[in-house]
Amino acid sequence: MEGIGYKILGAVLTTILAFVVGMFYGGFSRKITARIQNRVGPPVWQNFLDVLKLLFKKTSVRYGFMHHIAPLWMISMSITTLMFVPVLNDGLFFTNLNFSGDIIFLLYIMVMGSLGMALGAGSTGNPNSAIGVSRGLTQMVGFEIPWVMALVALMIQYKTTSVTGLMEVQSQSGTWLMFSSPFAFIAALLAMPGMFRYSPFDIVGAPSELASGPISEFGGKYLSTMMTSGSIFAFVKLTLYVDIFMGGASNLIVLVLKTFTLYMYPVLWGTVSARFRTEQSVRYFWGWPTFFGFIALIYAAF
Amino acid sequence: MYNDKESQKIVDIIQNYARKHSLFILAYGTGCGAIEIPPTMTSRYDAERFGIRGSATPRQADVLLITGYLATKSLKRVIKVYEQMQDPKYVIGFGSCTINGGMYWDSYNTINVLDKYLPVDVYINGCMPRPEAVIAGFVKLQKLIQQGKADGWDIYKKNIDEYKANQKKIITNWVMPDFNF
Ligand code: SF4
Repeated sequence: MEGIGYKILGAVLTTILAFVVGMFYGGFSRKITARIQNRVGPPVWQNFLDVLKLLFKKTSVRYGFMHHIAPLWMISMSITTLMFVPVLNDGLFFTNLNFSGDIIFLLYIMVMGSLGMALGAGSTGNPNSAIGVSRGLTQMVGFEIPWVMALVALMIQYKTTSVTGLMEVQSQSGTWLMFSSPFAFIAALLAMPGMFRYSPFDIVGAPSELASGPISEFGGKYLSTMMTSGSIFAFVKLTLYVDIFMGGASNLIVLVLKTFTLYMYPVLWGTVSARFRTEQSVRYFWGWPTFFGFIALIYAAF
Repeated sequence: MYNDKESQKIVDIIQNYARKHSLFILAYGTGCGAIEIPPTMTSRYDAERFGIRGSATPRQADVLLITGYLATKSLKRVIKVYEQMQDPKYVIGFGSCTINGGMYWDSYNTINVLDKYLPVDVYINGCMPRPEAVIAGFVKLQKLIQQGKADGWDIYKKNIDEYKANQKKIITNWVMPDFNF
């Protein structure tokens, strides 16, 4: 009985942690972008104010069932994903629900949030949303391939299909997978900016081109739910990368440092680059990242 | 017990604080004053430090920024956009053209006083107002929001018949629904 109580408490704590850390990451990235552009920039807690304000807005738009469900779908998928990613190596609270085979499960569940967004955006009937969704799915076909290849390579190489299994491999051998299987890491790292949708891969929600794409008809509470979900999901993705390639983290400070370092890579790349077109983005992902994915597979098999 | 005046006051304070510090603007930039928006948002004057941020669609926006003269043709679009925005929403009239017609006061196809057609919360005068003036206008709007006085959206709802009558006087070929909410 006590075990279940701890699990539930751990789940709640993890969700709150993911929300707060994800929100602050968003704020820091806005601040850093501003400093690079020689501006002062908003305070780092600006994203909290935005979410709060959007929650207080009234909503009088009705587009049917899927429009209401989409933000809830997204946030529940983010939290579900969070539940299967071990946040800390071994703690009482933050280990969550792992089982053998959860990498395969994660591969599926990580795209479910985008699917909900696609369905919701489709039901609004806005042409910008439809274009945004089609671009998003195309881009997903791009970056999922090197990412899946990297993970499959790791699964073959270490004969485990669970995240905790990979973490154990790292703690036993003492080196991070980043160094012991470098090609998989390079492939996954090159695929990563596509997941975060900063420039040059912000073709989905391009503000001036598509009027923010899929979310163009979502305002108020819907948008605030989506922002919350987005920040939780950013934390999840970063934690997953840290778990798999950088040996996980034994306490929260190490975790925050590692994930923040990793997070800076798409953000900084984003500040210095302009937006790709859809086919340029897909061509990028099917170029060097997929090449390194192949090498990783070969490296793993022999 | 939870709905009494004291707790409502606390909620209002939090609400107004959040609203004040996070303004998503939608710039309706057909007037010549729109050229002052980019310098306001970019490095030199950096409006983002006040929590002001551009938004792409009316659904997400809080502030409608009308930058200068409005032709009767574009008034129709502005009304549509304004009514698509979600409450609470604010309008900033930017430049003398929105106050009294400015240098287009005797033009045959521009409106003179914007406030007759849409409830304006803050006017920024000048032809065209410099970025400092624009930021001063935003700060003024923030003050009004803090005091709970920026309630143009409420006034618009209450006096909808009057506003609609005024709008229809100007727009002769009204081929859209009466309300775009
Ligand atoms: S106030 Fe001056 S600058 Fe602004 S729209 Fe009118 S004429 Fe142009």
